[in-house]
Amino acid sequence: MMRWRISAWVAALVVLLLLAVPLYASLAPEPYALTFVSRVLVFALAAISLNLILGYGGMVSFGHALYMGLGAYAVGLLAQHGVTSGWVQLGVTVVVCALVGAVTGAISLRTTGVAFVMITLAFAQMFYYLFVSLKQYGGDDGLSISARSDFGIFTLASPIALYYTALALVLAALFVMKRLVDARFGMVLRGCRINERRMQAMGFPTLRYKLSAYVISSVLCGVAGLLYANLTGYTSPAYMAWTVSGELIVMVVLGGMGTVFGPLVGSLVLLISEEILKALTDRWMMILGPLIVLVVLTARRGVYGYLLDWDGYRERRRLLKDARSAEGRP
Amino acid sequence: MSFSLFCIQMLNGLQLGVLLFMLSAGLTLVLGIMNFVNLAHGSLYMMGAYFAAAAYARSDSFLIAALVGVVGSAALGFAVERIVAARLYARDHLDQVLATFGLILFFNELARTIWGATPYYMNVPQALSGTIDLLGVSYSTYRLAIIVVGLLVALGCYLLINKTKVGMLIRAGSSNPTIVAALGVNIKMLNAAIFALGAALAGLAGLMSGPILSVQPGMGEPMLITAMIVIIIGGIGSVRGAFYSALIVGVIDTAGRAFLPLLLREFLDRSTAQAAGPALASLLIFVFMAAVLALKPQGLFPVKNQ
Repeated sequence: MMRWRISAWVAALVVLLLLAVPLYASLAPEPYALTFVSRVLVFALAAISLNLILGYGGMVSFGHALYMGLGAYAVGLLAQHGVTSGWVQLGVTVVVCALVGAVTGAISLRTTGVAFVMITLAFAQMFYYLFVSLKQYGGDDGLSISARSDFGIFTLASPIALYYTALALVLAALFVMKRLVDARFGMVLRGCRINERRMQAMGFPTLRYKLSAYVISSVLCGVAGLLYANLTGYTSPAYMAWTVSGELIVMVVLGGMGTVFGPLVGSLVLLISEEILKALTDRWMMILGPLIVLVVLTARRGVYGYLLDWDGYRERRRLLKDARSAEGRP
Repeated sequence: MSFSLFCIQMLNGLQLGVLLFMLSAGLTLVLGIMNFVNLAHGSLYMMGAYFAAAAYARSDSFLIAALVGVVGSAALGFAVERIVAARLYARDHLDQVLATFGLILFFNELARTIWGATPYYMNVPQALSGTIDLLGVSYSTYRLAIIVVGLLVALGCYLLINKTKVGMLIRAGSSNPTIVAALGVNIKMLNAAIFALGAALAGLAGLMSGPILSVQPGMGEPMLITAMIVIIIGGIGSVRGAFYSALIVGVIDTAGRAFLPLLLREFLDRSTAQAAGPALASLLIFVFMAAVLALKPQGLFPVKNQ
């Protein structure tokens, strides 16, 4: 008998609510809700991609916003030159992110630990400066996008189409992640996080596995950037700023590192708390900063991680009870 | 390109290099000894600059400003170490990165709240304004003063680490903190002192760069990222490596920005060179870092026996 666990209930509830958001936004009517939750979904997609290398692979990338920026610029630069076909933009995003991910990943993965953190940050910053210095494409001010991605059967100009595209991609990404981390590939990756030397001793070419995970993650994050550019109608170097990379890590940790559903929960929790804090005060970052420190110091399993822990606890208690009644004790 | 322009750019590179060294020394010590990634080091630099600028505006004395900047950031560093950092030494790097990321958000917003979002300009002190003649090349006295202070700091670090008892403890702590603690050394206070020393150097860098850069919220992060490149190139934990690679990075960055656009103009048309020059120049130190990593992943001057 399959018993419904609390974490599964919460996950199902979140997905149901997400499906209903456009209905609420048009009935209420609160168009801002649709934009806001679209943003949550875009960041969730980026956080899911980061979770693959951070949560499962143990690679602390502090430059993941780079790929969001590349995806956004793929839309911006192509639209500037009159290419608005979504398929072309998607293709360019995938190829560029895979290439940049493969090159920077191959260099960064020569190091581990602190140096990896700093190098990924440095590479993201390098591209940030590159786009800042491209004055013909707006430089520091960014580039506004006049025409959204057109995928033939649908266009991302419609907020609802954009929303459901983002939601479909998030759900698909969650499904693929679930399959990926339980597959042989995911097992090797998780093994590398716990003890890379032992994985090498067992004969796995760990660098190849880690680099593949890094490239997959880069490409997925680039797709999130493509959506983000369509959502805001604008792209700027700020999309690949180090603060965005930091926020993505916070989302992953807040939701539950190394859990499939965690990043989605994390981006919901972080962006909603940001909205609440912004409504309270202009100086919201002065509250958010210490809050992050507090979460790190005290609650590092993350929201979804704690739900899983709770399920585990209930499961153990149930098994204990079953075992006791089987022995005939009360 | 004239010879004097070349000299001036080299001196500018040296000046950026010593500023980077002041930042990287603390960063690399904390990283090498406590194994702690302090992203908030740039915030300490920023707060040092603000402390000094505020004191300078009140007292009109650069010496008082210097004292306030250095002591203020050391005290702030001590507080940060006791309240946050010390709890994270045993944690993994991810937690340290996240917590110090939270601190950066806090300090940037704090600076914006207290001193406003507009950049704050600090005047060059009277005695150091003007230029000085160096073998026929006229150079800003204040920038020369930065170079002198930076070299003195480097000498001081060398003497402190290699010739004093505290330095001996620092070296011992970096190779085996548990044994040092077992021998009866108060390792907690030692750690706090090293952290505060690093913060004081960051504050000094902030103070010295106040009059040549604008003091504003978020000024610490670009410097922090460059300082990180410095310590990666130099080899994590090595103060000597940080010194050499800070000078190399300072000179490469400055020379690239000054000469690369000119160089490109030789064989590209003017408008392309104008656009590509600054873009390529800003990438130069990153490319250099990538090249060093590809050849020597441990950095150019790695710490031995670790």
